[in-house]
Amino acid sequence: MQDQDVIREFLVESHENLSRLDQELVVLEKQPEDAALLASVFRTIHTIKGTCGFFAFSTLERISHEAETLLSQLRDGKRKLTPSLISLILETVDATRTVLASIEANGEEGPDRFEELAGRLRQAAQLPADVESQTSSDLALAPLTKIQGEGSSSNIPEDVKPEKNSAKPSAAADANIRVGVGLLDKLMDLVGELVLTRNQILQFNTEREDAALNATSQRLNLITSELQEGVMKTRMQPIGVVWNSLPRVVRDMAVSLGKQIELEMDGADTELDRTIIEAIKDPLVHLVRNSCDHGIEPPEVRTQGGKPAQGRLTLRAYHEGGQVNIEIGDDGAGIDGARVKQKAVEKGLLRPEQVEKLSDREVLNLIFLPGFSTAQTVTNVSGRGVGMDVVKSNIEKIGGIVDVFSRPGEGTTVKLKIPLTLAIIPGLVITSGGEQFVIPQVSLLELVRLEADSAEKRIEHVHGTPVYRRRGSLLPVAYLNEVLGLQSSDRADAVSVVVLQAEDRQFGLVVDGINDTQEIVVKPLGKQLKGLTVYAGATIMGDGRVALILDVLGIGESAGVLTESREQSRAAAEQKPQAGIEQQRLLLFRTGSFGRLAVPLSLVARLEEFPRSSIEHAGGRHVVQYRNRILPLVPLRAVLEPESPDQDQASDPVQVVVFNDGDRSLGVVVDQILDVAEETVTIRQKSSRKGLLGSGVVGKRVTDFLDLNQIIHASTEAWFQGVGGAASGKNILVAEASAFSRGLIRSGLEMEGYRVREVANLDEAVRGLEQQSPDVVVAALDLPPNGGVALLEAMRGRPEWKRIPVLALADSTGQAQLSVAQTKGFQDCQAKFKREAMLESVARLASAPASDEMELVCVGEEK
Amino acid sequence: MASDIETRKSEFMQTSGQFSTFFVADLFFGVDVHSVQEVLRFQQMSHVPKAPEVIEGLINLRGQIVTAIDMRRRLKLPPRAGEQMPTNMVVRTDDGAVSLLVDEIGDVLDVDAAAYERPPENLDPAARDLIRGVYKLKDRLLLVLDTERTADITVGSVA
Repeated sequence: MQDQDVIREFLVESHENLSRLDQELVVLEKQPEDAALLASVFRTIHTIKGTCGFFAFSTLERISHEAETLLSQLRDGKRKLTPSLISLILETVDATRTVLASIEANGEEGPDRFEELAGRLRQAAQLPADVESQTSSDLALAPLTKIQGEGSSSNIPEDVKPEKNSAKPSAAADANIRVGVGLLDKLMDLVGELVLTRNQILQFNTEREDAALNATSQRLNLITSELQEGVMKTRMQPIGVVWNSLPRVVRDMAVSLGKQIELEMDGADTELDRTIIEAIKDPLVHLVRNSCDHGIEPPEVRTQGGKPAQGRLTLRAYHEGGQVNIEIGDDGAGIDGARVKQKAVEKGLLRPEQVEKLSDREVLNLIFLPGFSTAQTVTNVSGRGVGMDVVKSNIEKIGGIVDVFSRPGEGTTVKLKIPLTLAIIPGLVITSGGEQFVIPQVSLLELVRLEADSAEKRIEHVHGTPVYRRRGSLLPVAYLNEVLGLQSSDRADAVSVVVLQAEDRQFGLVVDGINDTQEIVVKPLGKQLKGLTVYAGATIMGDGRVALILDVLGIGESAGVLTESREQSRAAAEQKPQAGIEQQRLLLFRTGSFGRLAVPLSLVARLEEFPRSSIEHAGGRHVVQYRNRILPLVPLRAVLEPESPDQDQASDPVQVVVFNDGDRSLGVVVDQILDVAEETVTIRQKSSRKGLLGSGVVGKRVTDFLDLNQIIHASTEAWFQGVGGAASGKNILVAEASAFSRGLIRSGLEMEGYRVREVANLDEAVRGLEQQSPDVVVAALDLPPNGGVALLEAMRGRPEWKRIPVLALADSTGQAQLSVAQTKGFQDCQAKFKREAMLESVARLASAPASDEMELVCVGEEK
Repeated sequence: MASDIETRKSEFMQTSGQFSTFFVADLFFGVDVHSVQEVLRFQQMSHVPKAPEVIEGLINLRGQIVTAIDMRRRLKLPPRAGEQMPTNMVVRTDDGAVSLLVDEIGDVLDVDAAAYERPPENLDPAARDLIRGVYKLKDRLLLVLDTERTADITVGSVA
């Protein structure tokens, strides 16, 4: 137990050291002569090395040792610091992070030993100094990034500056202590509670005429407010905490893209609640990468356009009206409205005539649509069609707003407006079916009251669906009491409609009464209620009663008023495309000798281009890395015309239509995307060719319809056979509490071609078993609530499950655990993270059905 | 390994020593006295629409929001008769406190580990899942309630 604490301490400290290293190294690149800075870098690496030795983390120790050797030569002046050396050391920092992450996750250093990196470090240290400086001066780039801070926003923490650093390093340490986040959260809870009690006392006070009570309660009021403010402040962190990593990001981007970028940061001391800081981290990094990649042009393009060769990226943060604004601006090419429109049409996101009606502002906002990317080429840095939509939804999740401003040729600025805290939010209190509920203010657009005589006239019905005419456009309407299954009150005199915004859709919610707005303290719901998507949490009202906070998105989905949501297109993808007469949008493309092929656009997840060079081979198949996953590619031509010889003569970049099947994706390679058509389709003739449904007339031309199901099915089967052979189709149930471990196990099994279902505890496991009997159950020995043994017992108690083999997963396979597992009646026991052994065991259990003797083995324990 | 030892330890703790007891219908239950946070008389609570019916509502326990589980419904027993008000027995679980609504609170009992037995096989499955074992006391049977399982009511996404 104590060891765990020490290691956690080590992790925290190392992460701090590493972020400091990132900054110091980037500064050092600018000022290679700065001996004090170099000494500080050396010391940091040395510290890491020392601690690793203590814990016997051999990989870490070795790479930090090699880096230290190199740095000591630099420090002693035996070698000159070059950009390539800096890159090497930065790589070491990254490697260290990877290993630390692995230690944090499972206590081990992970499989990658970074031999190659250590080798290069050693080599660099052995190279004669003059040779090194010569070779690298060839490669050396002009100063790539220049860091410029203004006022207090200086991005180099005080203690890094050389003179202070050597003088008195520990002054700050004495004035600060580390406090666990858990404790701060607890304090915040207590303050929330105190605020509520104070409210009650104040109310009590107004009902009485007591001078002493009056004075005391006023004082209580004052102190509570101050305390609330103080505790809120302890949870505040300067946004600089997130920004610290950005100079490094920009530098790396600049190097890999061959651009020159100056990063300017202003307002790094602007403070935000720590939960929010956490939430905006990824979106910020993404936006900065976007600006570097798509915004700022290469130096030669800039000079041609009359701009300085060095691009400028500006980050600003400042408070405004109880919110924090963050701006990410560049002086790059700006967003080309015409290209955006063209792209939106090409990707089938909008029809040409729709695009023409958009205002400039709306055109810019198109970049937030899912599946949109204007990058001409897909680089490895950004522009894979993920991105802006994710940024937007992440920011909106915390109640923020994203705006984009751009002028062609002058640059782009993305502006984020973020609330200061999530713990206490303004909310609208409403009643429905006699209960009070709270709607978060951020989702609220307007309140509408329809008087009795006009109510029936103005909430109208389209085919049974209630709608409201709101300034000329139809707003779908839901009744809250119907959504929640509450008693409807007599709709007597008036109807109150709350107009809400969920993601980018709006709907009206009819409630019985609207009370008032309040600052509410958000509290989480217990585990038992987490699964209810209609609630975002709960809060305590002034009278001490609990009120539920509505989740606007969940309500909308539950009421079915957010019909065209993304989820639904995914659901449609799982449905079988049907022949017959339908009005639908079709994606038209061409491949091989098939000049005109079509699939329903609703089934298409995305259209992508991949450079031919990014296609890799795995398990004898073509794959590309796509959105952090491996996307198998199916050349359509090979499926439709297996006899045709010249399979490989496709264009570069490769055109790929991405389909989702459940949570698997598949890329179908076609020769060319032609168009998107919307028509009534009549399939005239059935086809006997594999992979085709039949043919029909689209846009007055004969078009072949792809049988997507068959193609996905055929090729996924092949995909599995290529790798796992007999594994395909076998059904595995994985019961493990930790989502992280589950993910690991799942991916291991799926790579082998198993169909995997995950459950997190006993009840879910039993339910999972009831839904469908798996071929093998993989159960963690520490499965909540009572261990994997409980699952085993449950299974052995039911005749239909008796023969399903169960593999136990232990944290380690010490002899003790192994024998425990065997006496309990598991068929096998493996260590959680020994993937190979686990897969082997699953394969064995899946192929040989359990033998009869298993029925005997289950021995009771608990004596 | 450690977690395995922990569960064994907690099993041991729950199968001997002191128990807080309570009644649900004619059943006499006990939970480890250490797992009981407090006992409250019936509180006003907020109903949670769309929640599983075993969840009676939410109570405000000095600022902490606690889910109240009706033990009658959890055990698939008939509802309490007319005027009878249940009592809140707030127990700690791995996922925070939950309140069990029980008919009546009994004494804290010292029990002898030798009187322990696993629950009978023919017990109604609704109850068997939740009962760890039985102590054969002189005049009646004390059923050891598994609070973790009792609190484990997960809702799938409700459409």
